[in-house]
Amino acid sequence: MDHLNTQPHFGVPGTTYLNAYTPGDDFYQALIDSHRGLDDEQSRLVNARLILLLANHIGDPRVLGEALAAARAGVTETRA
Amino acid sequence: MLSTYTYPRYAYRRPAELDQPGAVHRHPVVVVGAGPVGLAAAIDLARQGLPVVLLDDDDTVSVGSRGLCYAKRTLEILDRIGCGDPVVDKGVTWNIGRTFHRESEVFHFNLLPEPDHHRPGMVNLQQYYLEQYLVERAATLPNLDLRWKHKVTQVTPQGDGALVDVETADGAYRLQADWLVVADGARSPIRRQLGLDIEGKVFQDRFLIADVVLKTPMFADGQAERWFWFDPPFHPGQSVLLHREADNVWRIDFQLGWDADPEAEKAPERVIPRIRAMLGPDRDFELEWVSVYTFQCRRMNRFRHGRVLFVGDAAHQVSPFGARGANSGIQDTDNLVWKLKLVIAGLAPEALLDSYNDERIFAADENLLNSTRSTDFMTPKSQVSKDFRNAVLTLASEYAFGRALVNSGRLSVPAHLTGSVLNTPDSDPFAGVMQPGAPLADAPVRDAQGQPGWLLAHTGDRFQLLLFVDTPDALDAATRTTLAALLDAPIPVQPLLVARQAGTAPAGCSVLVDAQGAAARRCDAQPGTAYLLRPDQHVAARWRTLDAAAVRTAVARATAQA
Repeated sequence: MDHLNTQPHFGVPGTTYLNAYTPGDDFYQALIDSHRGLDDEQSRLVNARLILLLANHIGDPRVLGEALAAARAGVTETRA
Repeated sequence: MLSTYTYPRYAYRRPAELDQPGAVHRHPVVVVGAGPVGLAAAIDLARQGLPVVLLDDDDTVSVGSRGLCYAKRTLEILDRIGCGDPVVDKGVTWNIGRTFHRESEVFHFNLLPEPDHHRPGMVNLQQYYLEQYLVERAATLPNLDLRWKHKVTQVTPQGDGALVDVETADGAYRLQADWLVVADGARSPIRRQLGLDIEGKVFQDRFLIADVVLKTPMFADGQAERWFWFDPPFHPGQSVLLHREADNVWRIDFQLGWDADPEAEKAPERVIPRIRAMLGPDRDFELEWVSVYTFQCRRMNRFRHGRVLFVGDAAHQVSPFGARGANSGIQDTDNLVWKLKLVIAGLAPEALLDSYNDERIFAADENLLNSTRSTDFMTPKSQVSKDFRNAVLTLASEYAFGRALVNSGRLSVPAHLTGSVLNTPDSDPFAGVMQPGAPLADAPVRDAQGQPGWLLAHTGDRFQLLLFVDTPDALDAATRTTLAALLDAPIPVQPLLVARQAGTAPAGCSVLVDAQGAAARRCDAQPGTAYLLRPDQHVAARWRTLDAAAVRTAVARATAQA
């Protein structure tokens, strides 16, 4: 993986956190909170929109290609 | 049912008040509740010289393991109040936690990332042992009047204290307390009677908790780790937690879900197959204690109500997955007692106790945030939340960032009170985390006789100035005069020289040799650097050069007088 960063990377650049887990946990809570009050279909739409927003922000097809491959590689196909 | 522990019965004594009808004795401090938090508060107050009455409606220690994990900062506080050694000696020390998803380990953490601290990251010990050791410690303090089977029936706050009505087998009596410390637990009858709010979130889930004696330990002797499973094969779809306790007792928590029937689940014929499935068919075990619990994450709006001060579970409750319950309660008392002592002595205004409220609410919110997040991760309550949780677990086996997101409990760490009004903000640049408000990090030192020891053992109970020097011999006359003047004040500041090399200390100064340089490194100190420590070992202020007026101003600020 030459372009995709898979090391812990959450946090405001340059900020030191007392507990390394805090910025990741902050994001995770914000992510879960963003779905509050939505039904499953609405949640799927939020997730899809989020992926597209982040993908556009990243832009670089080399990063996106590695991310797509890594995400897919962890999921077993159920049909041929 | 317990085969490994015999419950002590503490003697009820008929109160002298019953023989003096009509007389209401006035006491500077009354503490209600002889659990770990009330005991710690009463012991600390008594060893600081205050006469203390501690009331409890029972006559023994807690039933079952309950509070189990005691964190490094709590052990340091127990050291300060004279109870650290028995807890660490009897307890099981561990630093490694492993997290499993289905059959495989996905993540492990080490609570103590750096060596050279006296106390380990965590010690597991059944709550009844901690309480027993605290009761034994309390018995050594002649000014601590511990009254078993004395039930508080009514508290009446007054401007200058509170009236406390107490019931015993021999009759009822009344006490007058200048200050009342309420440590009567999560259900806090006093909180309810006073109609005070406690707000938060109830988690709709049930957990089975079992203390099990294993005939053959799962780890080698003296070793222990915390193991946590998401969706294990032996308990599909739910989470399980395993901890080692003292006496080869093992604590297992099974998530059951909200629909489980708590009474039916406690039956041995229900519990034993669950444990058998987990431990395998060949391991002999015996069930010691079983309970089914639910929990809430909530806190009172204020911990100080005039002269009535709430501590521990009475003031705040968290889910058990962060070891933040008993730990934060004992940390409450660490914060409260020195302030109460100064206020009672007339050396600080009552407003100092508002900082107890503010600092411990800050700490409680941090504990609530982290334990709520852990609980939400472990027991996701919506489909999308479950999807993200499962995605994290699959990513965790492959990628470092995924492992960092796995939340199977962010275990108790002390609050760094960096926003407290008692702090003097830095005027000189410092690196690292020992900012004003932080609890001082421990470090290995040698004392004046060359004996190895620990920095924290030489701190606490009074304001201190840690002055980092090359050698104590090199202190100039002006510095010696400054140190002597700081010591000779209504609130004395005791000088503690932290020297690179041994030497002779001026009168009134203690010297520690920072042989490995760990203390200086952790404080980002150079010769000349000074740290002002509060009596609870938190940093109040720090400077690159010593200035008597600045220290005096910082002491005034740290005692709510500026």
